[in-house]
Amino acid sequence: MTIDLKTVKHISKLARISLDEKKAEKLATDMNSIFEFIEKLNELNTDNVEPLTSIAETTLRFRDDKITSENIREKILKNSPEKNDDFFVVPKVVE
Amino acid sequence: MSEITSLTLYELIKNIKEKKISSNEAAKSFVDRAEKSKKINAYVTENFENCLKLSKEFDDKPNFDLKLPGIPIAVKDLFCTNEVRTTAGSNILNNFVPTYESTVTQNIWNEGGILLGKLNCDEFAMGSSNETSFFGNVQNPIAEDLVPGGSSGGSSAALAANLTPVTIGTDTGGSIRQPASFTGTVGLKPTYGSCSRYGIVAFASSLDQAGPMSKDVKDSSILLEVISSFDKKDSTSIDFKRNNYSSELTRNIKGLKIGIPKEYRVDGMPDEIEKLWKKGIEYAKDCGAEIIDISLPHTSYALPTYYIVAPAEASSNLARYDGVKYGLRSSGKNLIDMYEKTRSEGFGEEVKRRVMIGTYVLSSGYYDAYYLKAQKVRQLIKQDFDQAYNKVDAILTPSTPSSAFKIGEKSNDPVSMYLNDIFTVPVNLAGLPGISIPAGVDKNNYPLGLQIIGKPFDEQTVLNIAYSMEEKINYKNNITDWWMK
Repeated sequence: MTIDLKTVKHISKLARISLDEKKAEKLATDMNSIFEFIEKLNELNTDNVEPLTSIAETTLRFRDDKITSENIREKILKNSPEKNDDFFVVPKVVE
Repeated sequence: MSEITSLTLYELIKNIKEKKISSNEAAKSFVDRAEKSKKINAYVTENFENCLKLSKEFDDKPNFDLKLPGIPIAVKDLFCTNEVRTTAGSNILNNFVPTYESTVTQNIWNEGGILLGKLNCDEFAMGSSNETSFFGNVQNPIAEDLVPGGSSGGSSAALAANLTPVTIGTDTGGSIRQPASFTGTVGLKPTYGSCSRYGIVAFASSLDQAGPMSKDVKDSSILLEVISSFDKKDSTSIDFKRNNYSSELTRNIKGLKIGIPKEYRVDGMPDEIEKLWKKGIEYAKDCGAEIIDISLPHTSYALPTYYIVAPAEASSNLARYDGVKYGLRSSGKNLIDMYEKTRSEGFGEEVKRRVMIGTYVLSSGYYDAYYLKAQKVRQLIKQDFDQAYNKVDAILTPSTPSSAFKIGEKSNDPVSMYLNDIFTVPVNLAGLPGISIPAGVDKNNYPLGLQIIGKPFDEQTVLNIAYSMEEKINYKNNITDWWMK
């Protein structure tokens, strides 16, 4: 299997990373060598194997439905690149 | 008395408790040495002034019952520190100042530790040489232009250069153990769920684990005791009874069964690694352990599995860097354009590569072929260890397939870089504890490490074996302070 330039560009759209032509070509080369290495897994028959999703064999804990952090609005907004009063500002999304 | 900065943590604590050294004197020594060691490039952010101030406050009102009484400590820049910039080695977090503290670092401050500063690391902990950091390469104190390993490369370098008495790193595929091996220091990755992940910049959440890095095994046991805790703020934190690792540390390992997995004898492994491993086996026997040959048949599938699971989780975790809530923002003509430019300018090449791989293996039509397949193979790798542990108490392997390499030597070939983690990655996939201890040198006099892997939650046995072998090996780092000349 090979990953072509078109696929790389599609993936970069999904990943929200803009790429110029040169970078996309370089990534295609790198990804192909990495996937060549990954293909080794196909040697194994895993039909009857349960996937391992988490190593911590615990069920998620419940907690009381109570607010534990109050008045942290300022803290949350503190690192925002652009804010206006109590809001994060983004480029205009509706005309 | 030898210089303050070359003391082990244990010795420094002892001297502080006996009032032979004050916390402020210790802080000053480490700050002075750091000022003369800029060439190492270990620090991303210094907290020197504040450290000196807090150490004075400690001396005015000392509490010697604490486990780290007034001890200055530098930490990997992957741990969020309240009001102190935290970058994860990335341009995208260049200006990020957390308003909260990671649990692991909070545990250290609660026991009297004082933050010296934040240490360089590979960007988002993705790398094995510290070369992916936005803040530049780190020099290995062992020799000029040698990588210190990664991703906790600033941590291993700072430790080996005596810039901090101990430090903490994080280990997703070997990022504590490999840099420890490259710098002649000790690095322990605890069992998954031992140390809270809360406040650690996330890379691959099912693999990430924080752990101690130190000059000797005893120091790692002291620090592990401080940082390992159950934490409600981490949904995968595990509530198990933790040992008093340092007071239970013993060199009596008589009768323990140590397994030697034949699959770790990989093609092209240098002779010196093979020799080191054989020497390690002899040392373990000398300590009274019984050596048993074992098989971990799926070992060669660990790296390909890791390079699906880790990038997949990374691509989800790193989706949060969108230029809206924190971090870098580039301008774009609309919202999507802003996202794409921000991430393109904010992330480095290796991070982009992994986000792309992760996005691909999770994308529609490929999920079963890659991600699900990898999770199934991960199960087989874990079962290998489960079966081995029916027969043995621990496993002994080399830490890395080579010693430290030159800066630039592997940076253009991602796959050859990934092969560095061949012996450490299976341990993360199975969630086990593993330690790397210095065990010898190669033909260039560069350090080589041995790895001891334990059963889940059995850090004590891992530490005890390491402690026993350390005494027999009697490794001494020969560091000349070349960077000060």
